[in-house]
Amino acid sequence: MKRNEFHTTVSTHNRCNQANTALATFATAAAVVALLCTSGCSDPAAASSSPSSVGISPQKFADGVHAVMMADRTVYATHVVTNLKKQSSPVSADEYWQDSTNAIPLPAQMFRMGAELVDENPEAGFTYSLRSEWPLNEQHKAKSEFETEALKYIAANPGENYYGEEELGGTKYFVAVYPDRAVAEACWSCHNEHPDRGADYPEFGKDDVMGGVLVRVPMP
Amino acid sequence: MVKKWFARPTRQWWLWSGINLGLIAYFGYAFVAPPSSVKASLLPGETTHGHYQIELDCNACHSPTTDSAEHSAGNVMTDACNRCHADQLKRVNDTHPAKKFRDPTNAESLSILDAQDCLTCHREHVPEQTASMGLTLPTDYCWHCHDDVGESRPSHAEMKFDSCATAGCHNYHDNLALYEKFLDDHYGEPDHLITAVVPARDFASQWRGGHTHVGPLGIEDSDGPNRASSDPTILTDWFETAHAVAGINCSGCHESRDAAGANTWNDTVEMSVCETCHKPQTDSFQTGKHGMRLAMGMSPMQPSLARLSMHAGASHQNLNCNACHAGHRFDTQYAAVDACQQCHADSHTLAYANSSHAQLWRAEMAGELPAGSGVSCATCHMPRIAGDDGIWVNHDQNAVLRPSESMAREVCGHCHGIEYALSALADPDLAISCYDAPPRDRIRSLGMAHDYFEARRQKSNR
Repeated sequence: MKRNEFHTTVSTHNRCNQANTALATFATAAAVVALLCTSGCSDPAAASSSPSSVGISPQKFADGVHAVMMADRTVYATHVVTNLKKQSSPVSADEYWQDSTNAIPLPAQMFRMGAELVDENPEAGFTYSLRSEWPLNEQHKAKSEFETEALKYIAANPGENYYGEEELGGTKYFVAVYPDRAVAEACWSCHNEHPDRGADYPEFGKDDVMGGVLVRVPMP
Repeated sequence: MVKKWFARPTRQWWLWSGINLGLIAYFGYAFVAPPSSVKASLLPGETTHGHYQIELDCNACHSPTTDSAEHSAGNVMTDACNRCHADQLKRVNDTHPAKKFRDPTNAESLSILDAQDCLTCHREHVPEQTASMGLTLPTDYCWHCHDDVGESRPSHAEMKFDSCATAGCHNYHDNLALYEKFLDDHYGEPDHLITAVVPARDFASQWRGGHTHVGPLGIEDSDGPNRASSDPTILTDWFETAHAVAGINCSGCHESRDAAGANTWNDTVEMSVCETCHKPQTDSFQTGKHGMRLAMGMSPMQPSLARLSMHAGASHQNLNCNACHAGHRFDTQYAAVDACQQCHADSHTLAYANSSHAQLWRAEMAGELPAGSGVSCATCHMPRIAGDDGIWVNHDQNAVLRPSESMAREVCGHCHGIEYALSALADPDLAISCYDAPPRDRIRSLGMAHDYFEARRQKSNR
């Protein structure tokens, strides 16, 4: 899907998020009130059930789970990995952590393992992944035109997210793409020095967008 | 002229009805019968070497899932595969677990090769298209997802698209022995290591550590019935071996409590009794070919049921704990070689006696070499594993044959360099001769992994 097309059909970036959310909430509330009135406004039991029937939008859901996953990852990168590095600890984050002594997983590996556990959980109802225009692990490169477009957009428009819809294997998904920033010194120093970096690899610094986090929610 | 009795139409009708009813009854019974030769008539084709022992227990693989909504051919089979193999795959850190493919962006790739379904690669009852490891798909399957490997690994650019899954390079599920970091770590090792011994088992000391209130027992402490009329070797065998030393009396194995709370003496000891203290051993025994029938609730495996060549005299030997750990002596030295050879008569087993490995074993048994430096059948096929509770013996004698390269990491590496070990395991002639000669060709995997890491190290130092 092209981004312009998406702008007109789906939504939205952060700046207009609030207005859109308010509008959507109002519209949903109005619809629910109308529905309740036709089915009997005077029934207190029916009125009290209205919050659960409203639910939350896929975007709100995606924003919420992204907030949690990024908080955890930032804590891991900042207070675990960077802290070990600062102390010159014998324990370090290493790509080959499973087969090395005194090694813990890299933040990106921890993130990926979490995503695989969520994938395994039939109750989760969504998937997430890490992508980059400059992946050190080739598994993290964009897998579709939509993903390529989204990564370009979040790199070119700092501070904005990218939302849209994509159909994969006959299922339609709501996809939210969030900038993945260099939050801890350990992130950019390790990436900048990594032997697998390509010729076009940028020199990253604090708060630079190094890639994107994708949250996919299947749509009915 | 004598008229045949079935010349009359009525009699013909009764005859054909009888035959048909007989056939219907036979096949009808086959459907509901317990695992037995009757069911052989229902087999659509010969099963692989991994499953033929349980092929007559159709439900071992074909029982429906508990959730009828989930019931489909693929689900039933994947469920069945996982019942026996899920833990094994976890233990070998499966390189291609289903969870790696659940990301929706893999939908297109999965439509070409559904890597989430065991049946994509492993079908049963199709012997005409089954290769080693039960593979039933063309050998170029790696290419479908990894055709761009040459971009990230230029050393692989010229390699043939069907040459990935070979000894010393890659396996689909278990790459522990072929993992690039492991290969680089062991690069440059000599063929024969200076310290060539297997790790010492420490189950007995672990057990004693957890049961300090129980002391060793003497012959006079034995509590079995009819001591006077019993074979005296039973008592001496028990007294001189680990059970008496660990404070396990006769009643510890031979007595069970019935529903009324009374103790009953049993002359035979079930595996479930052994399991109370030796759970990892009995569990692993049941995941291998020796014990898989017991795991399915079938009668024990017997050499007469095997596809490998076996000694005729051992045809009806039941394979349970006592088959190798006979009597009250539970002789682990006997179990390590002689017990195997009492049944197995294939070329690999027969070649063992004259091999250099056997010479080392005999020297160790004679006290000429330190403990753990001999190589018995069990050294290779029942590896000693470092677990959370110390070093224990994996009784799944197939574990390091799935694939055989995995033996390099868990077995050969105790005494040999990994390049030597992987090269030997890749040579089918050496497998027959029980590895009684150095490998003729050397595999390149370790050199390639080393070059890759060397290039990375130089790049990092720049």
